[in-house]
Amino acid sequence: MTTTVDIREQVRDLIAPFRGREIVLIPALQAVQVELGYLPPEAFEEIGNLAGVSANTVYGVASFYAQFRFVKPGEHMIKVCLGTACHVCGATKISDALQRELKIKEKETTECGKFSLESVRCFGSCALAPVMVVDEDVYGNVTGPGSVEILKKYK
Amino acid sequence: MNFGEIQKKAEAEWKALLESDKPLITVGLATCGMAAGGNATMAAVKDALAKHGIEANVMPVGCIGMCYLEPIVDIMKPGRPRITYCRVSQDKVSSLIEDYLVYDNPRADMALGTIGDGTVEGILRLFDLPMLKPQVRISLRNCGHINPEDIYHYIAQGGYTALSKALGMDPDDVIKEVEKSGLRGRGGAGFPTYRKWQEARRSKRAPKFVVCNADEGDPGAFMDRSVLEGDPHVVLEGMALAGYSIGTPNGYIYCRAEYPLAVKRLNIAIQQAKDLNLLGDRILGTDFSFDIEIMQGAGAFVCGEGSALMYSIEGKRGMPRVRPPRSVESGLWGLPTSLNNVETFANVPAIVARGGDWFASYGTETGKGTKTFALTGKINRPGLIEVPMGITLREIVHEIGGGILGDKPFKAVQTGGPSGGCLPAALLDTPVDYETLARAGSIMGSGGMVVVDNETCMVDMARYFLAFCVEESCGKCVPCREGLPLMLEMIERITQGKGKPGDVERLEALGKTIVAGALCGLGTSAPNPVLSSIRYFLDEWNAHIEEKTCPALVCKDLIHYELDARKCVACHRCLWSCPTRAITAKPLEAPVIDQSRCTRCGTCVTVCPARISPITKLPGTNSVGAGRPAENQEVLVHG
Repeated sequence: MTTTVDIREQVRDLIAPFRGREIVLIPALQAVQVELGYLPPEAFEEIGNLAGVSANTVYGVASFYAQFRFVKPGEHMIKVCLGTACHVCGATKISDALQRELKIKEKETTECGKFSLESVRCFGSCALAPVMVVDEDVYGNVTGPGSVEILKKYK
Repeated sequence: MNFGEIQKKAEAEWKALLESDKPLITVGLATCGMAAGGNATMAAVKDALAKHGIEANVMPVGCIGMCYLEPIVDIMKPGRPRITYCRVSQDKVSSLIEDYLVYDNPRADMALGTIGDGTVEGILRLFDLPMLKPQVRISLRNCGHINPEDIYHYIAQGGYTALSKALGMDPDDVIKEVEKSGLRGRGGAGFPTYRKWQEARRSKRAPKFVVCNADEGDPGAFMDRSVLEGDPHVVLEGMALAGYSIGTPNGYIYCRAEYPLAVKRLNIAIQQAKDLNLLGDRILGTDFSFDIEIMQGAGAFVCGEGSALMYSIEGKRGMPRVRPPRSVESGLWGLPTSLNNVETFANVPAIVARGGDWFASYGTETGKGTKTFALTGKINRPGLIEVPMGITLREIVHEIGGGILGDKPFKAVQTGGPSGGCLPAALLDTPVDYETLARAGSIMGSGGMVVVDNETCMVDMARYFLAFCVEESCGKCVPCREGLPLMLEMIERITQGKGKPGDVERLEALGKTIVAGALCGLGTSAPNPVLSSIRYFLDEWNAHIEEKTCPALVCKDLIHYELDARKCVACHRCLWSCPTRAITAKPLEAPVIDQSRCTRCGTCVTVCPARISPITKLPGTNSVGAGRPAENQEVLVHG
């Protein structure tokens, strides 16, 4: 188990390269999330110190953007594209099927900590619609039952 | 090295590649190609070459735009034209390489077309194909042809000549050339590019900024991604030209976080350009310096709006402010800023190199040049296209796009994403131009073009876009924050069969109020998809409200599924895959659907062997005939 002190140290190391830069806040938040997978409360305080604003301000910025997560995600991140082309080609069926299979809703993580489910507005791979992404792997022309099949690779 | 020497080196390298005695093999590795298995294909190409002991030059290229044919592999044998092969999945690579490179059989069955001089028997020229013939490629000219991670490839195609030429010109003359070209903002609003540059140049305040808007948030659009992944240098050169015209060394690219590959390739490109002194301090020995920094967005559609984008770069919540002042007066950190879209910048180098008049020879009176579109949806040939302005929607949909998937009837084409509208079949002959599309109730937008057939419900489509805008509204102004959810609530009621007479009128009145009252582009355009849908598809709205049916059979609360036991082979696949166990059956008999448990997910139809399709979607919430007990049916066919 990592303790709060460890996380704080980790955050400090991650955001150190942004010291003195003109554009700090969002890139620093992104750097922390890339490494930890989410933004722990310590990140707001430390980034606030660095940028010279309050932790509240940092949280206010972070909560505005869809990219940032505030709880630890599961081992595998499933993203279902709900862009226009995917919607027209039946993306909601993928999302419904996955929610049923994993017994979680969007933005939740399975109890075992294996999978997190998110929906995304457009990966820009519209010609392969509907699209789902597991971690870094992109799958095109997915159906509801097909999406459940895909998950088996990650179990 | 001066620019002439750089050019010579680039041309020599390119020539060596094309005229090499080794074959050249390229694999399309943009995000779309990778999603279709491009990486596995690339690995298989290398394996196959090793297996047969063939030496070849292998390189990744960007997207040529025919996304439905990915993975795409090009092979050029010495002295032969380049042949483009489509749908080369990893299992087909070995036989292709063996047949063509070992036994000299060009595999016309897998080939799509040839590029360059010379012909190969049985294979057409690629750019004579119906999907490519009507296209004119200016901003996409290098995509799919060059290695996006090699600056010399770009230079060998004439890259950075515009910058080198401009450095010897007066900045005002560069702006004049852009004015002559008639180039207007390709992000959708269509503001004349030269005016932004001119106003920023004339501003007495400093420092000034050039910002590239690569926050392509419109769901269903990927033009910018393709340019950034396939030809990043063209955007960098366009930005440097803007910087020179305006007189500033500061450039920023605001790129959306969902495009990691674009960011990676931009970073490589910036470093390469700096190494050759085409970016950075005292470019090519002149007094002009220009540097570009990449800022990644964090997933907020509203940040495509100018003022919100700049707040986001500053590290604030991306909430738009009242305009004026416009960003050329008060932009990034309150200083003069010229914000242009990726595609706008991608057009600039060609304009400066070949002259504004050349560019203006394409297009219409009010819309000059070309426009890229991401053509997607229920269409035979989805992909990225670049067409001269003034081309009709019909040409795009039927000639380039190859018509509707499965020969179903065309219903509508949606342009401009959540800010645009749907145009019906009657308007298919509308020429594509900023003004004509706006008059028809849609917008040019950044270039998303989603084609829908009669299986798409226009009420559901309006609901989809509105739900998107509700989620993406920043919450600053009341009409958008409060008005849009009210509209959404009404539409959701309608899709659930709870619509009331007068709902359409209420939606229109509220929509027009929001258009008039909202603060920024997101709010003022958010009702567009609903208003245009009502304008052209009123029948469908009335069917939902008055008859409580969904003619397209999409709205779940207004449909049900029935199983025709006479067509069923009792394979029971539907039964095992039904997530709510609404399907039951006795052994070897056709299953029965329990309507009270059915959630209308459609899984049964997906898993049912399509040849037979005994399960049909029907209008109405339920029917007495549905779920007839199996013993009542006369014939059971076992297959």
